[in-house]
Amino acid sequence: MAALITVRSLTKQFSNIRAVDALSFSVTAGSVYGFLGQNGAGKSTTIRMLAGLIMPTSGEIEMFGLSLAKHQKEILQRIGAVIEKPDVYPYLSAYSNLQLFARLSGCRPKRSYLMEQLEQVGLAHRAKDAVSGFSQGMKQRLGIAIALVHQPDLIILDEPTNGLDPQGIADIRHLIVYLSREMKKTVIVSSHLLNEIEQVATELLIIHKGKKIKEGKATELFDPAKTTIVLNTLQNEEAFAQLQTSNWAACLQQLTPEGIHLQMHRNRIPEFHQSLAHLQIPVVALQPRHSLEDYFLQVTTPGYVDTLSN
Amino acid sequence: MWTLFQIEVYKIFRRPRTYIAFAAITGLIGIIQFGLKLDGDQYVTFMMRDITSSISIEGNILNGYQVCYIVLQVLLVHVPLLIALVAADMVSGEANIGTLRLLLTKPISRDAFLFAKFLATLVYTIVLLIWLAILALFLNMLIFGTDDLFLLKSSYVVLLREQDIFWRYCGAFAFAALAMSTVAALGFLLSLFANNSIGPIVATMSIIVFLTILSTLNIPLFGYIKPYLFTTHMIGWKEFFDIKVNDANEAISGTIQNPDRIVHSAIILFIHIILFLSISIWVFRKKDILS
Repeated sequence: MAALITVRSLTKQFSNIRAVDALSFSVTAGSVYGFLGQNGAGKSTTIRMLAGLIMPTSGEIEMFGLSLAKHQKEILQRIGAVIEKPDVYPYLSAYSNLQLFARLSGCRPKRSYLMEQLEQVGLAHRAKDAVSGFSQGMKQRLGIAIALVHQPDLIILDEPTNGLDPQGIADIRHLIVYLSREMKKTVIVSSHLLNEIEQVATELLIIHKGKKIKEGKATELFDPAKTTIVLNTLQNEEAFAQLQTSNWAACLQQLTPEGIHLQMHRNRIPEFHQSLAHLQIPVVALQPRHSLEDYFLQVTTPGYVDTLSN
Repeated sequence: MWTLFQIEVYKIFRRPRTYIAFAAITGLIGIIQFGLKLDGDQYVTFMMRDITSSISIEGNILNGYQVCYIVLQVLLVHVPLLIALVAADMVSGEANIGTLRLLLTKPISRDAFLFAKFLATLVYTIVLLIWLAILALFLNMLIFGTDDLFLLKSSYVVLLREQDIFWRYCGAFAFAALAMSTVAALGFLLSLFANNSIGPIVATMSIIVFLTILSTLNIPLFGYIKPYLFTTHMIGWKEFFDIKVNDANEAISGTIQNPDRIVHSAIILFIHIILFLSISIWVFRKKDILS
């Protein structure tokens, strides 16, 4: 697949802080590109540079085969973005906000189309209400409707789950999957919530202190053969001793206050679950650890693995 | 560009904040009208106390034109605050509520966006002055009637005939619109530097107060810069009410004593507007949207 976005040596210097440092990456058309990094890693600065909100100190951004510096208007025509909070005009209704931003995006949609867009994000029944009375989740949904109203090819979502309740987070997750699989859109999503990214991203970029740590396909970054699981039983010491003499001894890693750590292929977890029943080990909980979280902490926190094994 | 301008005007007049200025002007003029209607004779007696021994006046001194002049003298000092309330909020207000970053991810050029905002600010300024004219001139003409306008200047007296006044007010309001547009341009420029509107509003008013003090102080050192300060020229509307006299010291109807001074002041104000707008565009082109 062709690269929709190519970023070369992108740097942003804010007085004495280098927020982004010679960052290079490319985003494949049709992918869900996950942007990962701790708070202050440079995710938002990079996203804002992609959306034309921040001028790079140096480096190049090419989108849809065009230079962003030279063709910003044409490029932004094909982008829909929700940067951090989806702030809209509180004194206008949901419908008026959507109509206003649709016109700014260069289209003059009919009322029926706008109502359809509001219907899709579940806000049609509140179309005439002033946004000042909306919850954060409703504003987020309106923000997404605004980002999508002109049918862009690329959707940029910066921390889209901030301030949302679990249902709102799940809705955003489903929407990202829908946009990618059904609508064939390219989605860039940045978050510090690894679990969220892990569930939707097909490609990943991990940045730390403004620099690229790792970039690649999600399936390549977290190896399913090395899935860590944490087992908790009524008697962890006894269970650990039992497992040491079983077929699962090779998978055993360590016993910690957190539980018994094992590493195995993700596909073998159901089989392991059955074995525990055969061994009559009284299981309280069996939790696969997020491999991305492990990986992320490994690459961003030097010495983390050492502390685990001690 | 036209769409952007329409949207900006729409946003200004949908905001509750916009109507504070209209309400304030209505309230203030209402109070002045009420006071003069009730106690106008005493006000006239007080105003004329020094000259009644040397001049005999017949007719209705406290007429609509007179009241309008009183209102303008009082209000045009405070209108800049009401202008700043909206102008200094134009960009900073968007940054404050977070809409600036959403707006600038849309396919619009920054120059066009800023220019449309500035034009919308001018529309607000002019509409506010039209409202002021409706209340201060037309409503007072209805309430107090019309007659000659009698003005006491520092060292002389001006008497303008009834039929020679209305066009002067038209000119004065047009000039005031230019002066207030300069204030709007300053507030607009300052609104680029903050993420909330309080700072730019206070800064705009502080600059105006500071420069007005410099403009009025008769200290030779400040004399060099006074001609270039826009605050020196903001009161140029008063020039419309000075009339030319002939060799026999008789007033020539339909004339202005110093039309060149009005043109000069208008040019200085216009240059300031262009300067403030150019700086705004230059700053905004390079501005990183971090709000």
